[in-house]
Amino acid sequence: MKLDLKKLKLRKVNETLQSIDPKRNNKNYTILNPEGNHAICVGLTDDIDITVKGHVGYYCGGMNQNANIIVEGNVGTGVAENMMSGKIHVKGNASQSAGATAHGGFLIIDGDASSRCGISMKGIDIVVKGSVGHMSAFMAQSGNLIVCGNAGEALGDSLYETDIYIKGKVKSLGADCIEKKMDNKHLKKLDKLLKKANLEKLKSKDFKRYGSARKLYNFKIDNVSSY
Amino acid sequence: MRKNNKTFPRQSWTFDEYTNSEIRRAAETGIYDIRGGGSKRRLPHFDDLLFLGASISRYPLEGYREKCSTNVILGTRYAKKPLELEIPITIAGMSFGALSGSAKEALGRGASIAGTSTTTGDGGMTPEERGQSNHLVYQLLPSRYGMNPDDLRKADAIEVVIGQGAKPGGGGMLLGQKISDRVAEMRTLPKGVDQRSACRHPDWTGPDDLKIKILELREITKWKVPIFVKIAGSRPYYDTALAIKAGADVVVLDGMQGGTAATQEVFIENVGQPTLGCIRPAVDALQDLDMHRKVQLIISGGVRNGSDVAKALALGADAVSIGSAAMIAIGDNDPKWEKDYNKLGTTAGAYDDWHEGNDPAGISTQDPKLMKRLDPIKAGKKLSNYLKVMTLEAQTLARACGKNNLHNLEPEDLCALTVEAAAMARVPLAGTSWIPGINNK
Ligand SMILES: Cc1cc2nc3c(=O)[nH]c(=O)nc-3n(C[C@H](O)[C@H](O)[C@H](O)COP(=O)(O)O)c2cc1C
Repeated sequence: MKLDLKKLKLRKVNETLQSIDPKRNNKNYTILNPEGNHAICVGLTDDIDITVKGHVGYYCGGMNQNANIIVEGNVGTGVAENMMSGKIHVKGNASQSAGATAHGGFLIIDGDASSRCGISMKGIDIVVKGSVGHMSAFMAQSGNLIVCGNAGEALGDSLYETDIYIKGKVKSLGADCIEKKMDNKHLKKLDKLLKKANLEKLKSKDFKRYGSARKLYNFKIDNVSSY
Repeated sequence: MRKNNKTFPRQSWTFDEYTNSEIRRAAETGIYDIRGGGSKRRLPHFDDLLFLGASISRYPLEGYREKCSTNVILGTRYAKKPLELEIPITIAGMSFGALSGSAKEALGRGASIAGTSTTTGDGGMTPEERGQSNHLVYQLLPSRYGMNPDDLRKADAIEVVIGQGAKPGGGGMLLGQKISDRVAEMRTLPKGVDQRSACRHPDWTGPDDLKIKILELREITKWKVPIFVKIAGSRPYYDTALAIKAGADVVVLDGMQGGTAATQEVFIENVGQPTLGCIRPAVDALQDLDMHRKVQLIISGGVRNGSDVAKALALGADAVSIGSAAMIAIGDNDPKWEKDYNKLGTTAGAYDDWHEGNDPAGISTQDPKLMKRLDPIKAGKKLSNYLKVMTLEAQTLARACGKNNLHNLEPEDLCALTVEAAAMARVPLAGTSWIPGINNK
């Protein structure tokens, strides 16, 4: 089923996608002429497939549950913000705060992602085929951030329990973020996630793992310069 | 104790006992003081205003016979289902984590009996709270701890939190002692860590972004429920104007007396403007944009009784919100636990180490033993009694001013006791027609 944002209001498009009757409704949707609109495909709850033909604005797929969304273009700020489950695949580049605070699901970005990718992430797995900007995985709590290119300044600042895997260079690490050993468990996990992103050709051993030094977990006056 | 012609030992006003104790504490521990509650210093406040009452030029309403309505509708601008409350006093957002599950339940029970709303907080929505609150406002905070679209859709309103009066420009803090298994799980954090909440939202900055964020929230909730924007009393005119411009249905404005679960003392006492000084600028913004009474204004920060409610409404608010007072109503700082307070090195009324989780009253704690001290049903009843008394008090004052609706109270019903209050509230100093800054020719 085709939903044309040139002809239909955003409310109508989202309403259609938010009220799916699994027995009667179509499972496949194409959104035409997104033209940078904000809040496309937000708050979806059903296991449906959506292809967005073009560029979108802020918060595409925000708070997604179960839906499988492909964006054939670039995405604005906060793609997949607070996603709970499902999958969002961006064929272009992403602006800042991609996957912010997301609790679950899978986000793939074929291009680059800007600053704060995975900020405060709470369980989502994010694979960026290109590079990520500064302050990525800031205060990230859980889940995995995989970057096949480089990472900007202050990666993983004030990190909690997210695992970060970077193949390229890291400009600098943020407070309390350190390089960690890649043991078998991590190699296996990374292989699985790369496969899920159709990146079998990449080798997990070419990545470096970063995580929390856990030194800021409880306030100590001697660490005050790091806060 | 005057001896041998010496003068009486004189304590310094500048270096008073409290100040000196704080210097010693800092020297001993090497860390700033963190505490709960709001500003404790004396600030210009509602106490500095008086109602004039009716006279020959205005006649009063009969105390018990003539009606004085109290209900308020929040969110009439865009929401399909605005929040309809019986009284203009709501319960402010206080997080599960800062407060125990049973304290949240008590707040829900009390508010529901009184016909008003409660608000979640940093850390998400608990079933106790949703179950007991007929009207529940769900907060969207920078940390997004426990933020869940299923809960969002269960909410009767959404409150985008930008600031808190106790700490404009500051993030949150919940120390490790209070991160129990349940709190940790709801916040996706390891047990026992000091939980820091960010001070900025992770996916938007500035009013243009906020507008898009609000659009997203409306799209997710199908434009049904009102969207509140909560701001701290720092630049009330501009922040109110920008919140309105971003599409808020309701602006919640929290002055510097507003409570907090845990913040640095230096922050609580030195940042932000007193509640009294915030109301008129916010109302100016609403009026300048022709949005007064179309976008509702909720005022909080140090509201304690019906006269505070009536005065806030007279200055142009549509409703008020209470945090600290609600905690006291359900048993916080009750002298009956005096011995326990003494053991903690404090006394009833002054206990504010809420972040340490040892609250003798079982309210600001996650300790199962202490939590048992709070019976949520009895505590809920106390809260509803208190809310009813506040409402009756406000009605009494409004009738005395000849008003058949609390919202008909106006600045002309007031005078001020101090020059400061006269300037902030823009009402004349008692006995004069002088409003400093207005007609000061
Ligand atoms: C224990 C406690 C916890 C609080 N938690 C939150 C919170 O999670 N989110 C929030 O926006 N405000 C929070 N606040 C601030 C209140 O929502 C409200 O702004 C303030 O309490 C109003 O001032 P009052 O305490 O003088 O009534 C908290 C306040 C207290 C006392």
